[in-house]
Parts: sequence; structure tokens; C-alpha cells
Amino acid sequence: MADEVTLLDFWPSPFGMRVRIALAEKGIKYEYKDEDLRNKSPLLLKMNPVHKKIPVLVHNGKPICESLIAVQYIDEVWSDRSPLLPSDPYQRAQARFWADFVDKKIYDAGRKVWTTKGEEQEAGKKEFLDALKLLEEQLGDKPYFGGDNIGYVDVSLVPFYSWFKAYETFGNINIEKECPKFIAWAKRCLQKESVSKSLPDQNKVFDFIVEMRKKFGLE
Amino acid sequence: MDSSDNEQVRLLGKWASPFSNRVDLALKLKGVPYKYSEEDLANKSVDLLNYNPVHKKVPVLVHNGNSIAESLVILQYIDEAWNNHPFLPQEPYQRALARFWCKTLDDKILPAIWNACWSNEKGREKAVEEALEALKILQDELKDKKFFGGETIGLVDIAANFIGYWVSILQEIAGLELLTIEKFPKLYKWSQEYINHPVIKEGLPPRDELFAFFKASAKK
Repeated sequence: MADEVTLLDFWPSPFGMRVRIALAEKGIKYEYKDEDLRNKSPLLLKMNPVHKKIPVLVHNGKPICESLIAVQYIDEVWSDRSPLLPSDPYQRAQARFWADFVDKKIYDAGRKVWTTKGEEQEAGKKEFLDALKLLEEQLGDKPYFGGDNIGYVDVSLVPFYSWFKAYETFGNINIEKECPKFIAWAKRCLQKESVSKSLPDQNKVFDFIVEMRKKFGLE
Repeated sequence: MDSSDNEQVRLLGKWASPFSNRVDLALKLKGVPYKYSEEDLANKSVDLLNYNPVHKKVPVLVHNGNSIAESLVILQYIDEAWNNHPFLPQEPYQRALARFWCKTLDDKILPAIWNACWSNEKGREKAVEEALEALKILQDELKDKKFFGGETIGLVDIAANFIGYWVSILQEIAGLELLTIEKFPKLYKWSQEYINHPVIKEGLPPRDELFAFFKASAKK
């Protein structure tokens, strides 16, 4: 039986990008469906009734929600190629810890950078840059967090790179200056087709954020 | 198992914390001997800062000198490092579902109940409504199973220790009726199975002490 794989997603979502990268790494053919989050499809509401959020991976009719859970699922089902998680339990725990760190720190701090002003924004900027620096330390001299090839942490983190023009412009920060190793790592990831095909152009994301800011009355 | 095994596994925790307790329960279910250290978060130990420099929180598991932080990460590590009494099923989709419910517990269900129990008059009605909604979705997932893990305690059951045990204490202190036999008969039944499970029973902190601890916090 041929696998039927569908991804319910929203093109600028870094969480959706994670699943796109994982599917591409494994060479899985799938149907991509872009959702209008102001008008969620009946399919999305049926597949993710608890959270009503994207991304949702649908495999042979069964939904898997939450981006990192979907990435782990993909890694376990298509375990014969491009492993994303290491096989050693302690290394796996470390990968899960850092992906959880990305979830806890990068999105929220980044959000403060483009949605707030004044003191709150300054605090967000510091949190964001401190998080990137900690991740740089964690990367060390490895080409990728996964070692010689991209792994679970790379997949969880690199999508946020597509938002960097927005963070830099609205936060008035120069990320390359503050975190050169991080930028070098991101560019290295983008040389991989699975990543470059999954991330939208930074300018396109920037234009989207400009529209969002107008809607939030931030302009 | 000789005494050197005890030195190999160490848990830095807080007795009243459900997150810390999850790790106690997991180690006890696997029959892994370990050394427990009670941490004072107002006066963090050198060990804690050393083993969890990123978040400086408990629980932290130390195994053969390697430290692991974040309770759900620790639970999965324990399941993978010790093969007996598996917490997760073998099949990938069932594993994904178990992980989803653990995350939903932490992201949505626990915060809703916690907020309701500590809510002030102004926000109470809405907070209680959200807590009841959260308990409903959890009960809907349980269906007619004995445990979330099926016939035996699984990852979701361990992660749901707050629901099985802490909620009854907190709701009593708050004067609320959230998880009751009338409102959620199946989930209530699960909570009774849970706290009477021979290993879980030994692993939970004493009720009167936990009650006194949170009652004292409520007064502040």
C-alpha cells in the first residue's frame, strides 16, 4: 500500500518548516496544504480538535500534531534513512533537551522583538540573543548540532532563520555581528536542499510580518 | 544490585513538585535504585547549578555522571536506558499519541487547572471553565481504558501524576470542585486506580504533608 502523506501547514510557520525539512530529508512525497488561519479548514479542525493549530502531519488518514512530535514520528517510521535522532539514549536526551530549549526560548523571545517596544522589547532582544549565543556554545566546532549531518536540533532551529530579517529590522539588531557562528551554521544548513526548499525567502517573511504588525496596530 | 548502583543514578528534586515526582515514579516503576537530593530553590546547590546550568531547575537526573533536565525528556531517557516495564508502546503512531498527550498536559491541561486553583475572584469563573474543559478533553482521551497506557502504567499516566494526585489536594484548598466522580466519572476512576497502584502509592508524597505545604503557600 502506498503511503498517503499530507501536511496541513502555513507557509511562514517555523513549526511547519520543521516538518517540511524532516519529510524532505527522508525523501517522502507528500501533499502540502496551506491553511488560512483566520478561516481554518474543516479538515484542520477535524485533525487537530484539541489545539486547532498547524502543522498537522496526516499519514494514511491518521493525524500527528505538534511539530517536534511529528518530526520524531517521521524519524521512527522512515528509520531506514537519514536518521535525525542519535541512537544513544543520552545523546537523544540531549537532542530533545535542546529542541525543547528552542521551543521555550526562540519563538517567544523573537516574538517580543517584533511585537513590542521600549523596555519589553529590550528584554526580548537580550533574551533572544542570549539564547542564540547559548546555542552557538552548544554547537561548538561541529558543522551541525547533529554532528556531520543535520539532526533533530538543526531541524527544530533553522526555520527561525527565515524570520531573521524581520527580527533584525524591527529589533534593530545585527545578528551576524552578535552571533557569527550561528549565522555560519544557518547558511551551512541552507546549502542542503531539504532545508533550502523548506524555508521561505527572508524577504517574503519580512513582508508578511509587516502586514501582521499593521493588523496588530504596531505600525 | 549492589550499593554502587545507587551512586550511578541520582535525582535532584523537590518533594512537593509533581515534575520532580514524575521522575521518582519512573525510576521506581523500572526498579532502578537511586540517590535522592532535596533541593532548596531559594539557595541553589553547586550540584544543581553544575548539572542544569541552562534552566537551574529541578528535576535533574544524573546517570553515570551525565545529567538530563526537563521532566518529559528525563522520562523518555529512563524508558530508553532501562528496557523493562516500557512506558511507551512499540508502534510509532501510538508513541506519537502518547507524546502528544504528555505535551498537552504540560502546555494546556496543567496550567488551566493550576490557574483555576490559584485564581482570584475576578478571573475565577473563566479559569474554572477552562480547567473543566481541559479535564474533559483528558477524559475523552482515556475512554474506557484502565490507564492511559492501557492495562499498565504508561508515559502519559506518569506525566499525569498532577491530575491523579495533586488536583484533589489543590481543589480542596481552593474550595473548588474540578475532578469529581460526578463531573468526570471515568477520569476519577482512573485517579483512584492510579493512587492505589502498588508502586505509584509508594512513590507519591504523603497527602497530609502536601496539603499543609500548599495550604501554607495559599496563605501568602
